[in-house]
Amino acid sequence: MIQAFRERRSLRIFGLMGPGAFWLIVFFLIPLLIMAVISFMSRDQFGFPAPPLTLENYHDVIKDIRFNPSISFESGLNIRLFDGLYLELFWRSVWLSLVSTLITLLIAFPVALFMSRLSRRYRNLALFLVMIPFWTNFLVRTYALQFMLRGNGPINTALRALGLEPIDLLFTPTAVMIGLVYGNLPFMILPLYTSLEKFDWTMIEAAHDLGADTLRAFQRVMLPLISPGLVAGSILTFVPAIGSYITVELMGGGRTNMIGYTIAQQFSASVNWPFGSALALLMMIIVTVAAVLYFRTGRGDQRAVL
Amino acid sequence: MASDSTVVLLGERSEIKPRPRGEAQRLSPGRFALVTITLFTFAFLYVPIVVLIVFSFNSARTGATWQSFTLQWYERVFNNPRILEAAANSLIVATLSTFGAVVIGTLMAMAMERYRFRGQSAWDGLLYMPVIVPEIVMGISLLIFFAAANISRGLLTLVISHIAFCMPFVYLTMRARLADFDRSLEEAAQDLGADEWVTFRRITLPLLMPGIISSALLAFTLSLDDFVISFFVTGVGSQTLPVYIWGQIRRGITPEINAISALMLVLSIVLVIVAQLIQRRQRA
Amino acid sequence: MVATPDRIGGFGSEGWVIPEAGTLSEYAVEMRDVSKVFGDVVAVDHVSMGIRQQEFFAMLGPSGCGKTTSLRMIAGFERPTSGEIYIDGKAMGSTPPFQRNVNTVFQSYALFPHMTVEQNISFGLEMKGLSRSEIKRRVGEALELVRLPQMAKRYPRQMSGGQQQRVALARALVNRPKVLLLDEPLGALDAKLRKEMQMELKTLQREVGITFIFVTHDQEEALTMSDRIAVFSKGKVLQIGTPLEIYERPTTRFVADFIGETNFLEGTVQEVNGEFASLIVDGGRRFVGRAMDGVRPGVTAVISVRPEKVQLVEQPDSSPNCYEVQVRSIAYVGSDTRVIVMLGNNQLDVWEQNTISTLDPNYFFKPGETAWLTFKPENALVLAQ
Repeated sequence: MIQAFRERRSLRIFGLMGPGAFWLIVFFLIPLLIMAVISFMSRDQFGFPAPPLTLENYHDVIKDIRFNPSISFESGLNIRLFDGLYLELFWRSVWLSLVSTLITLLIAFPVALFMSRLSRRYRNLALFLVMIPFWTNFLVRTYALQFMLRGNGPINTALRALGLEPIDLLFTPTAVMIGLVYGNLPFMILPLYTSLEKFDWTMIEAAHDLGADTLRAFQRVMLPLISPGLVAGSILTFVPAIGSYITVELMGGGRTNMIGYTIAQQFSASVNWPFGSALALLMMIIVTVAAVLYFRTGRGDQRAVL
Repeated sequence: MASDSTVVLLGERSEIKPRPRGEAQRLSPGRFALVTITLFTFAFLYVPIVVLIVFSFNSARTGATWQSFTLQWYERVFNNPRILEAAANSLIVATLSTFGAVVIGTLMAMAMERYRFRGQSAWDGLLYMPVIVPEIVMGISLLIFFAAANISRGLLTLVISHIAFCMPFVYLTMRARLADFDRSLEEAAQDLGADEWVTFRRITLPLLMPGIISSALLAFTLSLDDFVISFFVTGVGSQTLPVYIWGQIRRGITPEINAISALMLVLSIVLVIVAQLIQRRQRA
Repeated sequence: MVATPDRIGGFGSEGWVIPEAGTLSEYAVEMRDVSKVFGDVVAVDHVSMGIRQQEFFAMLGPSGCGKTTSLRMIAGFERPTSGEIYIDGKAMGSTPPFQRNVNTVFQSYALFPHMTVEQNISFGLEMKGLSRSEIKRRVGEALELVRLPQMAKRYPRQMSGGQQQRVALARALVNRPKVLLLDEPLGALDAKLRKEMQMELKTLQREVGITFIFVTHDQEEALTMSDRIAVFSKGKVLQIGTPLEIYERPTTRFVADFIGETNFLEGTVQEVNGEFASLIVDGGRRFVGRAMDGVRPGVTAVISVRPEKVQLVEQPDSSPNCYEVQVRSIAYVGSDTRVIVMLGNNQLDVWEQNTISTLDPNYFFKPGETAWLTFKPENALVLAQ
C-alpha cells in the first residue's frame, strides 16, 4: 500500500514537472550547451561551425593583449596597464554596465524612498506612473529617447530656435549611458519601492533610541532590510546592460561597442558563429560571477527575490 | 522570499498601512531634494514618450518642427499589410506562448511547492537561470539550436522560444502564490467529501485564478515586448512587430514608426490598468 | 448567548441524533497502537485509546505533543506510520478523507473565501449528491443551528471571527458526521467570546448527539467542556480520564503540573501504608499523601498538593503535613489571597479563599512573618518520578 502510494506520488511529480522540465532542458539548457561546444569549433568559409575542435576562438580574444601601461586624460583620468581589442571591449562593457547600474541606483533610491513615504492616494498614482514604462516595450522607449536626442530632434530644434548651440550627444558613450539608465530605471525603482514600502520606519526610531546615528541606522538596520529589493533591482539592471543590443545600436550607433552587440554581430552582419559563441560564453561567466558576488554581499539567500 | 518577485514584476503592493503624519509632512531640505529628484526622474521617463506621441500627429515627414496636426500616419499604419501582418504575428505568438508558459509554469510551480524530491534544488536553480542569462545569449543559443536541429525558423520557433523565456516568470509568480495558499482549504474540501479532482476544480483552481491571470498578463507582455530573442529566431514572413519596427528604425525614421510606437504605448497602458483592476478586485 | 434548546429549532422532525443505536460499536473512534513518524521526528508514539459514542472528548497537551497529528490521522489527512484507526468499528487503513464519515472544524476555519456562507455549507452535501431542495433545507437548518440565518449570502471575509467560527461549525455539522473533529476551534477568538463559545459548543454537542473530538492546549477549556480528556506529552498519551480524575488524581508529575497549579516537593518514599505513602523531603521533613502508581519504599517521588488545598495557620495542628514556614510575598486577587511561603529551600504557593469580607490589613499574613503550613494527606498525591 505504501509502495503504491509512493509510486502514485512520483508519477504525480513527474506529470507536473515533466512539461516544464522538458522545455527547460531542450529549449534552454541544451541550446546553451551546444553554444558552448560550438565555441570550441572551427568555422567554415561561411562562418558556420565546422569539425576540428580548437581553442582558437578563445585565443583570438586574448592574442592581442599586450602589457602597455599608459595614462591619458581624455574623458577623465585613464590609467591602463594592458592593451587589447577584446580586453578593452569586455572592460568597457563591464565598466559601462556597472556605472550605469550605480547611476540608476542613485536616481532610483530617492525616488522609491519618496514614493514609499507618500500618502496612499499619491502612492498609487506614482506606482502607476512607474508601471507604465515598466510594461512598455523597451525598443519603443529607447527609440523615443533616440528621437529626442537626434541632430534634428526636438531638443536641438528647440535649442536652435532659442539661438543656442545644438548638442551633439547621440552616438557617443554618454548617449549609451543615458540610454541604459533610461531603459533600466523602472526595473530598479519597482523592486526598491517594494522593499521600502514594507519597511517599518519605527525600526529607525528604535535604532536611534539605541544610540545609532542616522548613517549607522541606515547601514545596520535599513540596508539589510531593503537589500532584497536592492539586489533584485541591481541584477535586473546589470544583466540587461551588459548584454544590451538595442541601446548600443540606437544610442551608440554601434560606435560605442559593447559585448552583447559584438556577439549579435557575429550572428548577423559578420558571420562567425564559433567566435560569437566563445564571446557569449565569456560574457555568461562574467555575469554569473558578478551575480554570485552580489548575492554574497547581499547577505543570506536573496536569490529567491528575483 | 519568492513572493517579492511577484510584487516586483507586477507592481503588487502589500496592504498599505496608515502612517503617522508629522515629520514627513514638513518640507525639510531633505524632502525638498526628494521631491525634486522624483519630479525630474518622472520627467526624464515621460518626456521622450510624450514627445513621440505628440510627433506621431505631426504632418512633417522629417525633423522635429511642428507643421500641422494629422492622422495620416495612423491611416498608413492601418493600411500597411506588412505592419498588420507583423502585429497579427505578435498577437498569435503572444497568445500561444502565454498559454503554454502559464500551463507548464503553473504545473511546475505546483510540483516544486508541494512536493519534496531529489534534484529539486537543481531545478530551482535552473528555473532562475533565464533571469540572469542575458537575452542576447538566449537568442543566439536558440538560433544555433534550431539550425542544428534543422528546424526552419518561423512562428513555431518564435512560440517555442517565447514559452522558454516566459515560463520561469510564470513559475516564480505562481510559486509565490502557492506558497501563500492555505492548504487547509483543500483539506477542508476533502474532509467534506470532495475527491482530489473535485478539490482541484472547485477550490484550488478558482483560488489560484487571480495569480494565473496575473502571470498570464506578465507572460503576454514579455512576449509582446521581446525583440532580441525574436530577432534571432524569427524567419522570413514571420516577423513580429518589434522586429518589424527594428528594421524600419535601422532604415531611418519614418513617422509611421512614431504612430506604431504610440499605439504600443497605449496598449501597455491598457495592460497596466487591467492588471491593477484585477488586483483591486482581488483585494475587495 | 448560550444556545438553549428552545432556541435551537428548525430541525426537530428528523433530529440530529444518529439513530440505529443497536449497530453501534462501543467506540466511535479507536486508535490502536498508532504511531506517526515525520522524518526522524516521532510525532505520535504508540497511542491507543477509545473515544466513546456521543462523547465530548478532549485531546490536551502543549504544542508539538502529537494531539493535532492524532486528529489529522483520524480525519485522514495523515496516514499512521504503524497501527490502525477504527471509526465506528471499521478499520480506516488508507481511506482518503473524503470517504470518511468524519468532519473537521479547522483551527483557521478554512472557509472557502470564494464561496458565500451558503455555498460553503452546502459543499459537503453537494459532494454527497443530495437533491437541491434537500441541500437548501439542510443548509437552512444548519444556519439556524448556529444562529446565523441572515448571513447566508455573505462571504467569509465579511464576517467576524466568531461568526466565521460558527459557519465552520455549521459546514461540518450539516453533513451529520459520525464524529466531529475540532482543531483548537476557539484559539483565534478573544477571551470573552471564547467563554461563550465553550458553553455553546457543549450545549450544541448534547443537542446533536455527535461525538466531538476536540484538540486544545488550554487546560481550562478542556476541563470546562469535556466528558473525558486525554493528556498528551511528547507523542504519548499520559492519562485518559474525566476532568475530575485528571485534576484530582493525576497519575504523573507531568499531568499534575500541566493541569492547574500545583506544588511539588521532591523526596524519597519512606513507607507505603495502604492508600497512603510517606515521603522524606530534603531537610528531613516527612509528608504523607495518597500513594499513586509505582510508589514503593526507597524510590524517588514527589508530593503534589494544589495551592487551594493548603492552609496557613498561626498554630500548628495535628496534620502530619504541618510545618513552620516563612511568608515571602502576598498578593490579594479578590476571590482569594495568594501567598508564597518558604519551607526551607522549597517555595510553595498557598491560595487562601477570602471567605470573610474585611478591610483589616492585620487579617492577612505579611511578608517576613512566620506561619504554619498544613494540608490533609488525602488532599496530596505522592507521584513516582
